[in-house]
Amino acid sequence: MLMDTTKVGIVGFGVYIPRFRIKVEEIARIWGQPGEAVRKGLGVEEKSIPDMDEDTITISVEAARNAVKMAGILPEDIEAVYVGSESHPYAVKPSATIVSEAVGAAPITTAADLEFACKAGTAGVQMCLGLVKSGIINIGLAIGADCSQGRPGDALEYTASAGACALLIGMDNILVNIEHTESFTTDTPDFWRREGATYPSHGGRFTGEPAYFRHITNAAENIMQNTNTTPDDYDYVVFHEPNSKFPLATAKKLGFPKEKIVPSLAVRYIGNTYSASSMIGLAAVLDIAKPGDRILMVSYGSGSGSDAFIMNVEKGIVESRKGIPKVQEYINNKVYLDYSMYTKHRGKIKMN
Amino acid sequence: MSVPRFWRRIHSLYRLEGTKCSKCGRLYFPERNRCVDCNTYDKEKFIFSGNGKIITYSWVYTPPKGFKGGIPYCLAIVELEEGPRLTTQIVAVEKKKVKIGMPVEFSFRKISAEGEEGVITYGFKFRPKGYPTNK
Repeated sequence: MLMDTTKVGIVGFGVYIPRFRIKVEEIARIWGQPGEAVRKGLGVEEKSIPDMDEDTITISVEAARNAVKMAGILPEDIEAVYVGSESHPYAVKPSATIVSEAVGAAPITTAADLEFACKAGTAGVQMCLGLVKSGIINIGLAIGADCSQGRPGDALEYTASAGACALLIGMDNILVNIEHTESFTTDTPDFWRREGATYPSHGGRFTGEPAYFRHITNAAENIMQNTNTTPDDYDYVVFHEPNSKFPLATAKKLGFPKEKIVPSLAVRYIGNTYSASSMIGLAAVLDIAKPGDRILMVSYGSGSGSDAFIMNVEKGIVESRKGIPKVQEYINNKVYLDYSMYTKHRGKIKMN
Repeated sequence: MSVPRFWRRIHSLYRLEGTKCSKCGRLYFPERNRCVDCNTYDKEKFIFSGNGKIITYSWVYTPPKGFKGGIPYCLAIVELEEGPRLTTQIVAVEKKKVKIGMPVEFSFRKISAEGEEGVITYGFKFRPKGYPTNK
């Protein structure tokens, strides 16, 4: 629990979404499924696909460069770099050292890779908050990024996509004050990937009620109870977005009107960006939020856990976000691929 | 590319780090120990902005080993706004849109991977300026 008078928050944020898309209906066509029903059921039109020379590391670097530009800081002042992902290109060798070197934070910095399914990015945010708040470092960089893979023909293939979001956490020139954070974590095996396995496995419907809904709802209810707030106190709410259906249902259950969650739902146009999902949702909100707006954000990572954050938008955001690429601009910049090109982009065609 | 050879170039590949002659101010990319103009060995680190324009280009259909997955790809000589020229791939662009004189900017991409188990090399490629809106 984080609650005292020292202000710590986001001093810069940046996203990156690859420009290739495949429509949910195109994937459904390959597997003989009713495309329109799948699209409407998930509330997802299409998903992003990385270029053949893009991976979790390259999109992390792009997002981080946007964040550094927004913050107007010297990259060498970043003293911690955490990359949260479930698709680190190396099993052994940190993504964070490459990102740290590429943005110019290295060598006087700490760096590590985090893994917690779709919430590894927000775990990094909490680590940076702790380091900054305790005075150990001045600025930390927390990234959530994934180029996720779904097994061909599996339900996850419709949504597993690619994207990155980088948040710079610091104490000076705060754009978004992070007032409070707390988590809800249990051992719930709803989704996993074993060492050496190419694709993740999941528990089907088990990923819903005892996993996603239980953790997000509990984390949201606890944080509101501990801060004596109600849904009326928030202008926006952001939940992890594996599809549109889950976050919309959660908002309804907790008493948030639809208009408070819809601005965060990038998932409809880019799919589930896993570790970046709730963070890109937050960035989409921060792209349009006004100073004084209050935001509740709750991530979810299978396995399972949720990190909840209460944030307040500060005045500085209006000037700082000018000229930095917005989530909507990345969404609009797209090139469609058919299923064959998609399999090539995702390395599903074995060349030797 | 061998691991040590790649490692020695990380600073220039990852963030366009070159050198500036401390005496006459001439900029070098990649870095150079001795200035060819004034012969001095005094130099300082210089990070290039990543903005530039295409001087010439070619679409590659017959690539070297390991690059077949990406064909056709665009290989170009880019002149950085600070002066030096470099050879690079142009990404995030459709074939007919690449033109001589086109403004481009730094982009961070994977360059190669040595099979399934080898090292992955990363570095700069360039894309149309103003990505993603191209304004």
